[in-house]
Amino acid sequence: MLNSDTKSPVNAIECRGLNFFYGNFQGLKDVNLDIAEKKVTAFIGPSGCGKSTLLRTLNRMYSLYPGQRAEGEINFYGQNILSPKQDLNLLRAQVGMVFQKPTPFPMTIYDNIAFGIRLYENINKADLDERVEWALTKAAIWDEVKDKLGQSGLSLSGGQQQRLCIARSVAVKPKVILLDEPTSALDPISTAKVEDLISELKSDYTVAIVTHNMQQAARLSDFTAYMYLGTLVEFNQTTEIFTRPKNKETEDYITGRFG
Amino acid sequence: MNKSLYARRKLVNQIGMTLSFLAMVLGLFVLLWILLILFKNGFQALSWSLFTESTPAPGSEGGGLANAILGSLMMVGFSALISTPIGVFAGVYLAEYGDESRTAEVTRFVTDIMLSAPSIVLGLFVYAILVAQVGHFSGWAGSMALSLIAVPVVVRTTENMLRLVPGSLREAAFALGAPRWKVATYVTLQAAKAGVLTGLLLALARISGETAPLLFTALNNQFFSANMNAPLANLPVVIFQFAMSPYDNWINLAWGGALLITLTVLVLNIIARVLFREKVRA
Repeated sequence: MLNSDTKSPVNAIECRGLNFFYGNFQGLKDVNLDIAEKKVTAFIGPSGCGKSTLLRTLNRMYSLYPGQRAEGEINFYGQNILSPKQDLNLLRAQVGMVFQKPTPFPMTIYDNIAFGIRLYENINKADLDERVEWALTKAAIWDEVKDKLGQSGLSLSGGQQQRLCIARSVAVKPKVILLDEPTSALDPISTAKVEDLISELKSDYTVAIVTHNMQQAARLSDFTAYMYLGTLVEFNQTTEIFTRPKNKETEDYITGRFG
Repeated sequence: MNKSLYARRKLVNQIGMTLSFLAMVLGLFVLLWILLILFKNGFQALSWSLFTESTPAPGSEGGGLANAILGSLMMVGFSALISTPIGVFAGVYLAEYGDESRTAEVTRFVTDIMLSAPSIVLGLFVYAILVAQVGHFSGWAGSMALSLIAVPVVVRTTENMLRLVPGSLREAAFALGAPRWKVATYVTLQAAKAGVLTGLLLALARISGETAPLLFTALNNQFFSANMNAPLANLPVVIFQFAMSPYDNWINLAWGGALLITLTVLVLNIIARVLFREKVRA
């Protein structure tokens, strides 16, 4: 399916015939897509095209809301997570998510990170301290917060809060990290920091990112998916999509003639 | 531009403003009048013995409200202990668990009825199921009647405050794989803490002045007593009985009690406002 010159990558997630419904409205139409392990996959497309919806099926966030349902298959390392037997808490511990707006919990910076770790691990204080430092370092925010770990997470600036949220996701060591427009509420300098961070993350994690910013998709991602009206229009390596799009619609969107 | 149309609208605007201003003045005037009369008579009754002596027997001089203050504090205190866990847990259920389930709908409906139920009805209910069964009035019965008034207030404010917590915060906690009860206790309830506390204080303010439910349940006690299993003196019923008595010192004590209750409610409301303002700022 991909004319890739890399040796066939392992897929962390494979969507097969995925349909999604908000009540009677169909948000995703027969989406087939592979998300390669330890790569960054970007989702682009105009507002309402279904890219966030797709992301929210991957950790079954939609299951919080009655009336929203998905059909088809999403295989996460071979296991269909749409199966009713799937334990949602365990899935979400392995598929982390960072949101558009920073969402620090109303607790200290330290506890913001420790909260997720304590959920699934019986860990002693020294190891926990080490793990919190590791996660904050990974998210490139340790130097800024190391002297105020006891302060509220809400006391940080917007950009710092977003990196704290990324650290919180990283801390539980998930396999996949989903990013839903993680920089759209940030200023350019914070955006640059978060982008550097995302490039770093892909050496250890599979990353899926939704973005409205095409330059961001081009800069960050290995693969890009262009979506429109709930369908996956084109999916390929990022260099291909941005230099030689096969589809007229994709080309129009990327060149700014549409959307 | 149509000049006459503009002139007419300007006039209507002025009439509207004048009418609402008058309504405001009227409301405020009555409130100030009440406070003026209360403060004038109440502060006259304030003295050290108000807090140290118990209510006097008919015909005897002096006396105070010590037994009624203690009784009120105990009954309101125990109601707080009873209604806080029930109210907060029920509010968490409605906002975090039940959502649109049938049970939640019914709970919400019943709570709304309880909110507007006349307090005298709740007093009669406790009289029928508790006082009439054991054969005597008691402080416990009083606490129970007051709790029935407080619980729906706490349930509704807790639910409303939890609903003000942005959905994104709740999703962020679920996204880490947190089970529902941890999301509720560590994240959303923490975020709504100030609002929930405000609700508790307002419920306390509401029950500390309730008279009707106590008439059938705690009744009154002329003597100093801390026995919750016996009739218990309390400020509202003492005010009710003493205000209509022929003795000057009793009437005086009633004013003193009325002032104490008003000041308590005022302080509780101020604390609640300050707490809520801090929440909004955060």
